[in-house]
Amino acid sequence: MSLFAASGKPAWRYVQQENIVIAITAIVFLGFSVTLNNFLTTSNVLSLIQNVAILGILGLAMAQAIIGRGIDLSIVANMAVSVAATLQLANGGMPIALAIALGLALALVIGLINGMLIAYVEIPAIFATLAMGTAAYGFVRAALLNDNLIYLKAGGDGWFKWIGSGQIVGIPSSVVLFGIVAALMHVFLHHSLPGRFIYAMGDNPLAARTTGVPVRPTIVLQYVLSAGVAFLAGIVMATSVDSMETRIARSNLVYDVILVVVIGGIGLSGGKGKIRSVLVGTLLIGTLLNGMTIMDVQYTLQSIIKSLILLVAIIVDSLVNPRDEQTSQQGDI
Amino acid sequence: MKSTLKKLGFALLLAAATASFASFATADEPDDGLVKGANAALKGKKVAFVPIAMGFDLTEAWAAGLKQDAALYGYELTIRDPNWSVDAGAQAITQLIAEKPDVLVIHPPEIQAYTRLVQRANAAGIPVVTMNLKSGANGDAFIGADWYDIAVKQTNAVVKLCGKDSGKSGKIAVMQGVLTNPTSQYGIQAIQDVLKNHPDVQIVSNQAADWDASKAHAIATTVLKANPDLCAFIGMWDNMDVGVAAAIKEAGKTGQVYVVSSGGGNQASACDNIASGAFTTYISYDAKGQARDLMMTVRSLLEVKPESAGVHTEALYTPLKTITKDTLYTGACWSLPDVQKYGP
Repeated sequence: MSLFAASGKPAWRYVQQENIVIAITAIVFLGFSVTLNNFLTTSNVLSLIQNVAILGILGLAMAQAIIGRGIDLSIVANMAVSVAATLQLANGGMPIALAIALGLALALVIGLINGMLIAYVEIPAIFATLAMGTAAYGFVRAALLNDNLIYLKAGGDGWFKWIGSGQIVGIPSSVVLFGIVAALMHVFLHHSLPGRFIYAMGDNPLAARTTGVPVRPTIVLQYVLSAGVAFLAGIVMATSVDSMETRIARSNLVYDVILVVVIGGIGLSGGKGKIRSVLVGTLLIGTLLNGMTIMDVQYTLQSIIKSLILLVAIIVDSLVNPRDEQTSQQGDI
Repeated sequence: MKSTLKKLGFALLLAAATASFASFATADEPDDGLVKGANAALKGKKVAFVPIAMGFDLTEAWAAGLKQDAALYGYELTIRDPNWSVDAGAQAITQLIAEKPDVLVIHPPEIQAYTRLVQRANAAGIPVVTMNLKSGANGDAFIGADWYDIAVKQTNAVVKLCGKDSGKSGKIAVMQGVLTNPTSQYGIQAIQDVLKNHPDVQIVSNQAADWDASKAHAIATTVLKANPDLCAFIGMWDNMDVGVAAAIKEAGKTGQVYVVSSGGGNQASACDNIASGAFTTYISYDAKGQARDLMMTVRSLLEVKPESAGVHTEALYTPLKTITKDTLYTGACWSLPDVQKYGP
């Protein structure tokens, strides 16, 4: 068996970032399983995934934006304000289904404005969504919400509450939802026309336009989709902790979201990576957080360990897959 | 007939109330030797308030108190909201020092952040009132909780719930907010000091969740799985500890794993959670009472301006209330909409 593939590159050069992250995740997971008493139990592994399910769902929304050579920095702000608005409306006596519909509509409108600004006004996605996140947070917080923290009171015992804190055959509902959204996103990206267009646009926007891909409407669709999925993540979050703290819009959660997307091998330059990459990135973060919490590692030390492991993954990737003229694209960050 | 009388009586009462309220502001009020001078000392003065952020129970209650006094006595109130940004808060204070208010009220996000700025304001002759979280520099008044004392009370409650005669494991977990905040700096020390005398209670997890309920939820879920016989959580702020309570509820352990929380004693965050069983014990620093303390301190500083600012500090540590299901009397908590509408 030759060590060299047809192109003349050694086979080990085909090790992808995703596989490196899978390997690191496996090593960390095995390490924890051997050394920690209560790590490798069904219920702990489920809670490991449950704890990163919201991050993962947001990652799925972000992934399809990044694959199309965009980015949605308003995703967390949008989630926070639209879900807080839903809770406040419901607490004010509105039927929960109607409150959800209005909250979702708010999220989609914010996504629609994002898409229009990027596709038709041609503002770069990074600036449009950065500004939109702040604007949406400020506007909704000032005009619609009474408080930074909105408690879940109405519908707190019914099916609504189940979304984030229920179980299906022992599996937390947030984990099930994460799985469903991942499956749907996979089908969308790989087996639907708009999904293929997104890959084409991400790979080469000009070529995509020349070959007749409706680039602008597809961009709008991406950001509306991102907003809708973010709203779902927010509902899961609110129903699991009985409240929505809009302050999260100003937190660094959005960087964690970008991290789980990028670490698994979805390049910021677009056109690369799969949904599987998001799952792998999310699992790595989840395993690290879970193990370190069980070990009761000090908070500041946790951040250092987390960033070091991520740095190692990136260094290994750049050693194994060095950039050359073919792989580095214009617009790569 | 009876109802007409009632109406008439009510109308008279209303007229009397309106008259007495109106007379407060008119020149007709007889001088009792103090009231006119006091009113004149407040009129036209400038008071500035820089909270960590507006929009949550503590700062909204304090601001409601100041707003009420500003309207009543005719002083000018400026609120600069840095919205959880330490930089924006420091900028706002720097700007205000240049504008020379008669009293500056600050709410520092951490111990060291505003220390130099308090000293600068004092050097410029501006009296500084610090709310609830102590800064490195004392300023002219501190109104707020003694975080050491709160944690002592919380730990004592936990010792009682989980200690040797309770039949429980004695394993507890601590959920901190931000590590550089006085709640952690003094709180952790208090917990360790109390537990020195109670070797039957041990801390099995000591984590920080950035005041974020969903982070607290994630940590608590894991801690509960890793320590199935955990007895209690000590939490450092109600708004975050709801995440811990939600994790306990999810694990089906409400009432078995206790949550000892603390906060400003607002109805939705404190008493509702005690009533539902989400929290077992709650140490309240009664933000409504703090709002009144703040109103009075500002009045006092406006009436008698300190000769040199920052030399003497009034320490107004808030009287703490311990709320449990047994001490859940009407009025143990306060409601934010009511305070905003009717004043503290």
